[in-house]
Amino acid sequence: MSILKDKVALVTGAGSGIGKQVALKYAAEGAKVIVSDIVEKGGKETVDEIKAADGEAFFIMADTSKPDDNEYLVQQTIEKYGALHIACNNAGIGGPAAPTGEYTIDGWEKVIKVNLSGVFYGMRYQIPAILKSGGGNIVNMASILGKVGFANSVAYVAAKHGVIGLTETAAIEYAPKGIRINAVGPGFIKTPLIETAMDEASRNALVALHPIGRLGESSEVAELVLWLSSEKASFVTGSYYNVDGGYLAR
Amino acid sequence: MKRLENKSALITGGAGSIGLITAQKFLELGAKVILVDLKEDSLQKAVESLDNPNASYIVADVTKSADVENYARKAADKFGKIDIFFNNAGIEGVVKPITEYPEDIFDKVIAVNVKGVWLGSKYVLPIMADGGSIIITSSVAGLSGTVGTSAYTTSKHAVIGIMRSVAVEAAPRKIRVNTIHPSPVDNRMMRSLEAGFNEKDAAGVKAELEKSIPLGRYAQPYEIADLVTFLASDESKFMTGTLNVIDGGMQI
Repeated sequence: MSILKDKVALVTGAGSGIGKQVALKYAAEGAKVIVSDIVEKGGKETVDEIKAADGEAFFIMADTSKPDDNEYLVQQTIEKYGALHIACNNAGIGGPAAPTGEYTIDGWEKVIKVNLSGVFYGMRYQIPAILKSGGGNIVNMASILGKVGFANSVAYVAAKHGVIGLTETAAIEYAPKGIRINAVGPGFIKTPLIETAMDEASRNALVALHPIGRLGESSEVAELVLWLSSEKASFVTGSYYNVDGGYLAR
Repeated sequence: MKRLENKSALITGGAGSIGLITAQKFLELGAKVILVDLKEDSLQKAVESLDNPNASYIVADVTKSADVENYARKAADKFGKIDIFFNNAGIEGVVKPITEYPEDIFDKVIAVNVKGVWLGSKYVLPIMADGGSIIITSSVAGLSGTVGTSAYTTSKHAVIGIMRSVAVEAAPRKIRVNTIHPSPVDNRMMRSLEAGFNEKDAAGVKAELEKSIPLGRYAQPYEIADLVTFLASDESKFMTGTLNVIDGGMQI
């Protein structure tokens, strides 16, 4: 299959987890992929994997919490591949775990900068480039915590709710101009942190929140992102799609 | 391997525009398909148009439990297990303010759109393969109100309740249940509703509705079928209990 043939796609936070799987799938579907991450090692590994599978990719280091880095990322994408059609604003951090009355101000600012402002900065520079390239689409990584609360995660929950608002507003603005913009809301996804650092009781409690009886895989989220990024989703814009094993169903 | 190779699918409202084009897509992707609808002549025409040995039909009134039990049993006889159930049959009713809305039409809309979906879930779930997928057709009318469509709007809100209930009940068997929420689709139902909103100027109604959709147009049935196909396939295997809006931005 090559449903993204001749497209240029940008993925932030693509050095690990969901972002990495998105980059791999975009490339497998024929897109030229700019792999971006704040960590050079992971990003380069993603590029190596794409190239090993005969795909096309290029690594650019960026800190999405900095406006200049986002501008640079888009400039370099155009420099390298001559266009930008698809962006997946995925980079995000968890932040500290503490109740609101004890949450550190630093922790709050860091999470909001990366998870919320980072998505705005990304779109701010991606949108003009996508318009110049003749249209395309953007997928922003929200979360189930973009719809409901979760104890000890006030900054993350607030940022992810905000991402949905950014998505809806930009979607209205750019629907007539040929850019679709959507958000994705994963449930809890298997990550090294959850797999190794959590004790079994906490892990089981987390699994129990998902009626399907397990946590998600990064690749399962990437399938949804890929679908939204493809022409198959040509009538979907301003939407928030969940991939959460039933987390929000009850 | 094709994306739906060796999968068996049951589609209610199979002779309607969304059901039929979804059947076509399922067949192209390697699935076997049974269409269920009310009228035999429409079903015959639908199956003829599909022109594929893996397509067949069963006549049923989805509001009658005996009919639903019958189509489920026949489907099980034919395929053993059902992998994909597109629980899609629905009617629009009429366009009138609630104070003038005929009670018998309200009852009919609820019977088809709510009880039909509930009965389908009740009788098809036991014959579904573990890991299967149920897709229920709701609407943007399942998420907000519109003047004059109280029965339809009520029914499309209600199926979200069915979806969430079945999603949590069927999750232990890894059966996934999701709703789709299209905005107006370019098909018979919308022609009927446009005329219902303003008999003298149906085209004007369409133009107004298109203006309310940021993408500036109705959905085409094949676009809905692409979403149903994604939800039916294993690509979406962590998605259950979700509402999937496909509305060109209308709901924002």
